[in-house]
Amino acid sequence: MQKKNNPPFSILNSPFSIIKVENLTKRFGTFAAVDRITFSVGKGEIFGFLGANGAGKTTAIRMLCGLSKPTSGEGFVAGYNIEKQSEMVKKNIGYMSQKFSLYEDLKVWENIRLFAGIYGLDGKLISRKTDETLKKIGLMNEKNTLVKELPLGWKQKLAFSVAIFHEPKIVFLDEPTGGVDPITRRQFWEMIYEAAEKGITIFVTTHYMDEAEYCNRVSIMVDGRIDALDTPKQLKAQFQVESMDEVFRQLARNAKRVEN
Amino acid sequence: MSKKTILNSQLSTLNSQFFAFVRKEFYHIFRDMRTMLVIIGIPVFQILIIGFAISTEVKNVEVAVYDPSNDEATNRIINQLDASEYFNVVRRLKSANDVDNEFQKGKTGLIVIFSEDFGKSLYHTGDAAIQLLVDASDPNQGMTISSYASSVIAGYQQELLQETNVPVRINPEVRMLYNPEMRSAYNFVPGLMGLIFMLVCAMMTSVAIVREKETGTMEVLLASPAKPIYIVVSKLVPYFIISWIIFILILLLSVFVLEVPITGSLVWLNVFTLIFIVVALSLGLLISTVVKTQVAAILASGMGLIMPVMILSGYVFPVESMPPVLQWISGIIPARWFNEGAKKLIIEGVPVRSVLKEMMILLGMAIGIITVSLRNIKTRLE
Repeated sequence: MQKKNNPPFSILNSPFSIIKVENLTKRFGTFAAVDRITFSVGKGEIFGFLGANGAGKTTAIRMLCGLSKPTSGEGFVAGYNIEKQSEMVKKNIGYMSQKFSLYEDLKVWENIRLFAGIYGLDGKLISRKTDETLKKIGLMNEKNTLVKELPLGWKQKLAFSVAIFHEPKIVFLDEPTGGVDPITRRQFWEMIYEAAEKGITIFVTTHYMDEAEYCNRVSIMVDGRIDALDTPKQLKAQFQVESMDEVFRQLARNAKRVEN
Repeated sequence: MSKKTILNSQLSTLNSQFFAFVRKEFYHIFRDMRTMLVIIGIPVFQILIIGFAISTEVKNVEVAVYDPSNDEATNRIINQLDASEYFNVVRRLKSANDVDNEFQKGKTGLIVIFSEDFGKSLYHTGDAAIQLLVDASDPNQGMTISSYASSVIAGYQQELLQETNVPVRINPEVRMLYNPEMRSAYNFVPGLMGLIFMLVCAMMTSVAIVREKETGTMEVLLASPAKPIYIVVSKLVPYFIISWIIFILILLLSVFVLEVPITGSLVWLNVFTLIFIVVALSLGLLISTVVKTQVAAILASGMGLIMPVMILSGYVFPVESMPPVLQWISGIIPARWFNEGAKKLIIEGVPVRSVLKEMMILLGMAIGIITVSLRNIKTRLE
């Protein structure tokens, strides 16, 4: 917020950021779903992107992934302009959507093969890495199982592995742990940490405030704007509360949009 | 990069992406056995039903007679008809007015009408008229009835010749009622094909594309470097192939089960049908760019395509007997043109230039619909 009052500094010039966004806006008619948001995400960071339903998170993610064109403002992801170089953006990111998004009627390995093939990975590399990955997430015995026969927690783990299979610079996770039990959620976050250690930047939305505590930094969207952005510790100090849950409540209380 | 390496890299993405997508579509189809059975089962089943519905066996057909002459000759003919295993004379009509209602009343299959003074004119002039009214609502049955009845009359003529040594001529005038064009079950084969291709191509493809939107996989694909056009076109390929297989299956069944002779050029029949399949596929594509859910896709293709095909393509009701407004509407239904062209090629066996008009119309429709849907895809995906 302070940065805005300081004209010579532009987030777009910051050298260590892998996502840089300035005044990014998406309007549908007169309604600003995303209203001039400005932020940056550092390389290897786990960035929590919070907000109530309807606050504009999904619209913002869709713009960052090149799925939707911004009405105004600018954004760079992995060094590429999200509006003009969306093809290059897409090559360098992984994406896991809100809905479970693997093919239920394909086998585990077929899903991996398909998505890895889309990112242009070589066939031999794919087979080798498939086994590695499946062993790591404990699904080696399910290699030939149809995805629809897997329990939800396993599916989510698989979906995440598929999203980072091609070793993207950034992975966007849109509520990856919705409806998953606490133990699997815990395991899922261990996978996220592991990916972050390998240098993959994590951009994650969640409704679980305990998960917000796991993030390096957290932004909270209210009515299309980013009303707070800092480390969980700093945010708690700023709002003088004990938990992220209370930070979120304090901010969301001011929201004018009705949840949908 | 030189032009060659650009081409090579494009070919390799074509290879890794496009064929990967096509393979995946085949998995989707073959792992959904129920749908597969429906796709293949419907045409086979319908052809077989039509095959069994065509019965050429005629026995104990109820015959009504109007005999104002009532002489020895007419009575002998009536007796011979009654004696044959094919006919039962069940009613004698009292006046010519009764003839009109006779078919409506019962199961009468044939009405024999003698001229007045039948016997007299037969013996004096050697020439007599007899009219055979046949219920041809089942054309095969009708044909058989008329030929059996004519042969009974010819038999009587033969007997007379032997008895009297005077050559006589009885001229049976046959009239086929209710179906003067003798539209046979064969005519249903092209119409059925039109319907099946709408079902397989338009409905199945639109559902297959929309399913990905509904399950969310489309979004993941769009966030990947996959070319949207590959994603969509790869869905059309399997249905194109399946439709072609179904087409060949229908042809084989019609030739070997229905014994419909294919009189036209087989090559052009294939070309013509493939053009229609492309039209049907592009309609499925168009629907998928407009609707959001699978249910909506089924409704849109069911109400928007399959119903009109049933009613307006000439499959059930002949286009020529429709009111002008409906004839005009039927002109925008691709299946109508396919139906007409295929009938010409299969049944009439005309050379390809006679179906040039139909072919051009279908080709134009294909190009038009594909253009619109590609534009829709582009704007929708942004």
